[in-house]
Parts: sequence; C-alpha cells; structure tokens
Amino acid sequence: MMNKIVNAEFIAPDIKLFRIKAPYIAEKSKPGQFVVLRVHGLGERIPITIADADINDGTITIIVQGIGKTTKHLNKLGAGDYIYDLAGPLGKPTHIEKYGRVVCISGGVGTAEALPIAKALKEAGNEVISIIGARTRDLVITEKEMADRTNEVIITTDDGSYGKKGFVTHALQELLDEGKKIDFILAIGPLPMMKAVSEMTRPLNIPTMVSLNSIMIDATGMCGGCRATVGGKTVFVCVDGPEFNGHQVDFNVLENRQKIYSDEEKTSLKKFEEECKLGKEIKKVKI
Amino acid sequence: MSKIEELIKKKLELTKKEKMAIPRQVMPEQDAVERRSNFNEVNLGFDEETAMLEAIRCIECKKPVCIDGCPVNIDIPKFISKISDGDFFGAIDIIKEDNLLPAVCGRVCPQEVQCELTCILGKKYKPVSIGRLERFAADYDMAHRKFEMPKVLPKNGKKVALLGSGPASLTCASVLIKWGYDVTIYEALHELGGVLVYGIPEFRLPKALLKKEIGNLEKIGVKFVKNFIVGKTLTVDELLNKEGYDAIFIGAGAGLPWFMNIPGENLNGIYSANEYLTRVNLMKAYDFPNADTPVKRAKKVVVVGGGNVAMDSVRTAKRLGAERAIVLYRRTEKEMPARDEEIQHAKEEGIEFHLLTAPIEYIGDDDGWVKQAKCIRMELGEPDASGRRRPIPIEGSEFLFDIDLGVVAIGNGSNPLISQTIPDLKCNKWGNIIADLKTGRTSKKGVFAGGDIVRGSATVILAMGDGRVAAKSIDEYLKTGVWKTGNE
Ligand SMILES: Cc1cc2nc3c(=O)[nH]c(=O)nc-3n(C[C@H](O)[C@H](O)[C@H](O)COP(=O)(O)OP(=O)(O)OC[C@H]3O[C@@H](n4cnc5c(N)ncnc54)[C@H](O)[C@@H]3O)c2cc1C
Ligand SMILES: Cc1cc2nc3c(=O)[nH]c(=O)nc-3n(C[C@H](O)[C@H](O)[C@H](O)COP(=O)(O)OP(=O)(O)OC[C@H]3O[C@@H](n4cnc5c(N)ncnc54)[C@H](O)[C@@H]3O)c2cc1C
Ligand code: SF4
Ligand code: SF4
Ligand code: FES
Repeated sequence: MMNKIVNAEFIAPDIKLFRIKAPYIAEKSKPGQFVVLRVHGLGERIPITIADADINDGTITIIVQGIGKTTKHLNKLGAGDYIYDLAGPLGKPTHIEKYGRVVCISGGVGTAEALPIAKALKEAGNEVISIIGARTRDLVITEKEMADRTNEVIITTDDGSYGKKGFVTHALQELLDEGKKIDFILAIGPLPMMKAVSEMTRPLNIPTMVSLNSIMIDATGMCGGCRATVGGKTVFVCVDGPEFNGHQVDFNVLENRQKIYSDEEKTSLKKFEEECKLGKEIKKVKI
Repeated sequence: MSKIEELIKKKLELTKKEKMAIPRQVMPEQDAVERRSNFNEVNLGFDEETAMLEAIRCIECKKPVCIDGCPVNIDIPKFISKISDGDFFGAIDIIKEDNLLPAVCGRVCPQEVQCELTCILGKKYKPVSIGRLERFAADYDMAHRKFEMPKVLPKNGKKVALLGSGPASLTCASVLIKWGYDVTIYEALHELGGVLVYGIPEFRLPKALLKKEIGNLEKIGVKFVKNFIVGKTLTVDELLNKEGYDAIFIGAGAGLPWFMNIPGENLNGIYSANEYLTRVNLMKAYDFPNADTPVKRAKKVVVVGGGNVAMDSVRTAKRLGAERAIVLYRRTEKEMPARDEEIQHAKEEGIEFHLLTAPIEYIGDDDGWVKQAKCIRMELGEPDASGRRRPIPIEGSEFLFDIDLGVVAIGNGSNPLISQTIPDLKCNKWGNIIADLKTGRTSKKGVFAGGDIVRGSATVILAMGDGRVAAKSIDEYLKTGVWKTGNE
C-alpha cells in the first residue's frame, strides 16, 4: 500500500501540512489517534497525530514541525512524493462526552493535534474555548480552523507579537478570574506547558487531560519504549494513551525519557543538514 | 576416487558400532574474539564432507525415536540417509514435507531438548547433529537450486487472511496457497518475519535467509500487506464481513514485554529486551547514524533473565561495545531455558554470568539515568509449577552493583491489540487466545489461531506446527462449512 502525498504546504516556518492518500486509515481514524511513519528504508518510525481525515477522498491530514532529522526530512517531501511506510490509526481515541464548558489548551504544533478533538467536543454539545499558545506570531497555526470548530479562540504569544502576551496558563488564569466555571481541560503541546497546566488545575480539581509524546518505535505495545509513569503505575503511551489524566502523570520521568537520545539526535540532524548542504538528493520512494 | 565417493563407500562398509564411534563433528565457528565486534553469523555451517561424515553416524534406527522428539515429526533418518548418500537435494525435499523453514529451525530449534534429546546415540555417545544437518541441507539447497514452482492447485475462490507474519502464519500460508486458496498476510510492522526479523539477531539467524523464503512464498502467490495493524486499521469482523475473507488465522505472537515492576524500572537506560533487540535488528541501530534509529551503547550492561532472549540481548550488548556484559539470573545455569549452544557461545564471547541473583531496584542519578542496580541473592527451594526449583531470596543479602544500562528479558505476554477488538473471542487470564491445539479453532466461527499468541512464548517449530495444523482444519472447514466444537 503506497501512500501518496496529494497536497503539501508550509503553514508556518518549519511547519508543514500534508494531505496523504490512506483510505483505510482515513475511514477508521478518530480524534486523538495518530499514525506511525517512516520516510526511507533506514528511517526511524515516528508518531504523528492525524489532524483531519476525509473519508470521501480517502486522505488524512498531518501537520509536522521540523525539529530533528526525520521531521525535517519529511518536510522536504511534497505533493506527488510517497510516504515510505505509514501505519495507523494508533492509540486510543479521545474519550468524548458532554462536560459543559471545556477549555482546549494547545501549544506549538499541538494545536494541530487538538483540532479534531476540539471539534468532537463541540459536536458533543460542549462549549469549547480554545487557548492557542506560541512563541511568536509566525508560529500560531490553524487559528482559523480552530475558530471554525470552537466557540472562542484566545491567542497568547510569549513575545506579545500577537494576541495576549504571555503563556497559555496566564490566559487560563484570566478565564478563572472572570469567574468562568470550567468543567474539563484538554492540554496538548510541549511537556513544560502540559505540566504547568496540570499543576495549575490540580488544586482547583478541574479534570485535565494531557496528550503524552513519548519516544515510540512500534507503537503497537510490543516494545515498552514509550512507557510513562501515571498514577504510580507504568503505562505504554502508544496503546494505553496517548491521553492521560494530567494530575497523575509523573512529568519528571517523561522529561528525562525524552532526553535519552539527545546526543544521537544532534549527530543525526547534523549529518542530514550536511548532506543537504552538499546537495545530496534526499532519499525518496521511487515508483 | 573423490572424497565424496569415499564417504559414500564408507557408509556401506562400516558396521553400526563403527559408525557410532565416529566423533560428533565440530561446527566451524567465527573466532570468539573477532565475532564480539561484528554481527555476522557465529556458526559457519558444515561443508559437504563434514556433513556426510556426521550423517554416517546415524545408524538409521528401525524405531527412530528422534522423530518423536521433533514437534513436526520430520522423517529424520530418511533425510540424514540422503545426506550420507550425497543426495543433498533429496534430503531437503524430505525435510520440506514437514518443515517450511528448515534453514531457520536447523539454527534455532532447541535440539538438545527435542530431536537430539531422544536420539539413541546420546545414550552412549553424543547424539547425531540433526539440527546442523538440517541447516546444511537447507543452506545447500538455497545456494545451489533455482526456484522451482511447486505444484499449486487451481484457485478455489476462497479467501483466507493470516494476521502477523511470524513462522506460524508463514507456514499456514505456504500450505493454503498450494491448496488453491487466495492467501493474504497482514503485518503490523514494516518488515515481514515476526520475531525472526525483529527479535533474533543476525549473528544467529541471517535475515537474508528469511527474505529468500518469504520471496518464494510471494512467487507462489501469497500476498503480503505490511504496515497494517489488525484491530486498528481493520478489525477481524471487518476482514470477515467487509473484505470478504472466508477464514482468519491469527498468528500475532506474544509481543508484550513484561517488566518486574520494581522501583526505578522507568529510568533512562533501562530497556525491555524487545525494545533493545527491535532497535538493533529491525531498525538497524547498530548502523547508526547511517540508519536513523539510535540505541544506547554502554560500558557496563546487565541483562536480566536466562532464556534465549536474554542471551541474544547480552551478546548484542557485547557487540555494541560493552566492556562488561553480564547476565543476572535468579536460578542456576541448569535451569536456564536458553539453548545450550547460546550459553556456550556467550561464555566464549566473555559474557559474565551472575547466577542466583536478581535485581530488586534500579537507582538513578540526578538526570534520571540508571547508575546502579540493587540486587539480592537467591537460593533454590522446592520445584514450582514449571518443574524447576523455585528461587527464594536470601534475606539481608542485598548489594549494589554499578551499571550503565539494563535490559529486562524476563518474558513476554500476549499482545491484546487483536483479541481486544473481537468481542466473541475467548482468551485465558494471561490474554492468550484459547484455541484447540489439535485444530487451531478458537471460540469464534471461522477464526483460527496458533503460535505464541496461543501458547505464550514458545518456539519457532511449535509455531510452525500450529500453522500447519490450522491450515488443515481451515481447509476442512471451508470445504464442509462445518464448524465443529468440542475436542473431537
Ligand atoms: C502520540 C504523538 C503524536 C505526535 N504528533 C505530532 C504531530 O502531529 N506533529 C508533530 O510535528 N509532531 C508530533 N509528535 C512528535 C514527533 O513524533 C517528534 O517530533 C518526532 O518523532 C521527532 O523526530 P525527529 O527525528 O525529527 O527529531 P529528533 O531529533 O529525533 O527528536 C526530537 C525530539 O522528538 C522526540 N522524539 C524523537 N524520536 C521520537 C520517536 N521515534 N517517537 C516519538 N518522539 C520522538 C524526542 O523527545 C526528541 O527530543 C507526536 C508525538 C507523539 C508521541
Ligand atoms: C529474542 C528472541 C529469541 C528467540 N530465540 C528462539 C530460539 O532460539 N529458538 C526458538 O525456537 N524460538 C525462539 N524464540 C521464540 C520464537 O521466536 C517464537 O516462539 C516464534 O517466533 C513465534 O512465532 P509466531 O508466528 O507465533 O509469532 P511471531 O514470530 O511473534 O510473529 C508475530 C507477528 O505478528 C505481528 N502482529 C502482532 N500484532 C499484530 C496486529 N495487530 N496486526 C498485524 N500484525 C500483528 C507482529 O508484528 C509479528 O511480526 C525467540 C524469541 C525471541 C523474542
Ligand atoms: S525441526 Fe527442529 S526439532 Fe525437528 S528435526 Fe529439525 S531441528 Fe530437530
Ligand atoms: S535416533 Fe539418532 S541414530 Fe537413530 S535414526 Fe534418529 S538420528 Fe539416527
Ligand atoms: S512504542 Fe513500543 S510499546 Fe509503545
């Protein structure tokens, strides 16, 4: 099964949106699920959230931030190219129910991951407020899509170049200060952000769900590489998650585990960038 | 007279006694020091003359008890006799009647507790090297014979889906395709072969062998779909109802790593054996950064466990440059479930064995990296359910052990991905699918299962045997439409 990229465009610096032909995955995918992909025959398996799925034309949409070797390689592919290996949909779908008022907090590329969930929550009858955080204006993605799917969108940027200046937690605090009753919070983005939100909402007893991004290989529960500590127990994020109760996640374990390969990741990226500079053609699937 | 002709003559001339007195032939191996730094196969294989000489040792018993020791009952004296006649193709043809992957089984079967355990020669001398002869015949065949299209019955219009591409499914597929079925294998990973590709290392089982066998299956019409996770991409009910399959065989293996649930097990630097071996074998991390997936290399590595998985992990650690690679096992060498040959090879390669020892905690540094294992000594008590003597911790014997990397190889449970999504499928309390071992039938009509997903972690040859048994009853079911229940 070859997975052709039907459409690809940068939506922010280093952030690219792909529409990929994958009829089986499109048909089955539910909010909160992800795919695992490889970009070439010696490539790494990386998990990427399914941001959207279209059953009619059998495509899925993914939004990828180029941060290391594999994601940068992927972001050099364009329409007409193929994804070397693509499998999914993986992970448990998000549990959707009517909570009342829900705040959907996302940071960075996590906003793409939050899109389908926000939509499903709204369709389930919730009032959904979205808080999108980014370092700077350029990195705010899918604002319009989020606005279409939610009742209200609040933007924060670290440097104040767009929306409110500050972190997503500041915006959340403002909502609370306004006296808004919040029944459920979903936080998707960088670990420090999810940790900060969870710490803020724990004393307030607001149920908070976070989406963990551990390092994965098979993503089918076979290797245990993605394990995290939640509520004092070991879980496999790929099959038991990726979403967990933020108040029970041991973020320190996760933070450490994300750094296991930082040296190797640097080596890998350096090698790739040198090869690109030398004009070496990047490996692509030839049909 | 050529060497071969001389050997053929010898076979005819020697008495039984003289044959038995021929010493068991030595397997040529890669030098132990050299092989510690490469992933090439350790055993180099018999040449023709050595194979014939070894084959002459077999006295071709009237009641060949060796056959009872082989789970798929290969006609051992018959194939060995062909080898001693110099008819190597003849030998492999006999083996292939019962075993689709002789190049694999000849290498990885625990022969010392199967065919070679029962070989009559073992009473007074050393048993005939049945496994090595099987491997010889298979390798000879692969090297010298061109692919020949086997007899395949005309298509009968029935479709069978096989889930997982390990030895159980591959065997089942090879039988069904010849009987005219339309056969498709669905595999979750991006490579085919199951544990044979992601678990067992190259130095024990060269992947090229497997590629060739799978290629042959493709040539006779078996279809392979990779990156397809049954239970996720499609469920079994969808395969039956939407995709129009008439029967399903589940050969999804036992891919769920167990941890000991001791403190510190989620520290950086503690791997499950599955992850460690998958990184190295499937993802080719030994070749990082040419391959993108990394694996941690460390000076002092401990591997917890005493089975083949532990031996594969610890020998892999050595090859990745560990100065000290150590096995921690809670019983003694006698109880180790690993193949004798692997334990022997490990010792030759300088692997250390710390027996009657188990970790009870891992201790980390400030950055969350493991730096020590807290261990406890054991003594052996009464035999447990497995018949092996139960290890009992010796109170007060705890001690600290500096380590840079730990690999947990204490076994695998069965992966629930498929069974979870089949509401009417019965599983036991460990999550293994309940199937009748004589037929492969599960509690769900049209669904068969075999291999590790049914047995728990077992062996390649048992998985293959199950695949064969299931093929037969799938054929029966699809011809008669009768779904028998009970243990008839
Ligand atoms: C469930 C899930 C959903 C995700 N969804 C998205 C998404 O929609 N868009 C997106 O841009 N990113 C997503 N990610 C993150 C993405 O998988 C990583 O950015 C990617 O793997 C980095 O690979 P790299 O080689 O480019 O970078 P590297 O330089 O290899 O790694 C950079 C960082 O990414 C993480 N990482 C590295 N390898 C892996 C791996 N095999 N699996 C998981 N994480 C890894 C590490 O924490 C590392 O510090 C998701 C991760 C998870 C677990
Ligand atoms: C490291 C190691 C060393 C071993 N050494 C030996 C040895 O020396 N001798 C010996 O006899 N045995 C050995 N074994 C055991 C032996 O490999 C297994 O018993 C045998 O491979 C089981 O075969 P199987 O066909 O049941 O499943 P597996 O070989 O486990 O294959 C199952 C396949 O199913 C796939 N799968 C799982 N879930 C799904 C899904 N949802 N959808 C699609 N595909 C799926 C998996 O990815 C896998 O490829 C070893 C095992 C390991 C791990
Ligand atoms: S298949 Fe295994 S048990 Fe049977 S004869 Fe060959 S090596 Fe022995
Ligand atoms: S038992 Fe041993 S000697 Fe007898 S037939 Fe079998 S292999 Fe040959
Ligand atoms: S990625 Fe291997 S178990 Fe989750």
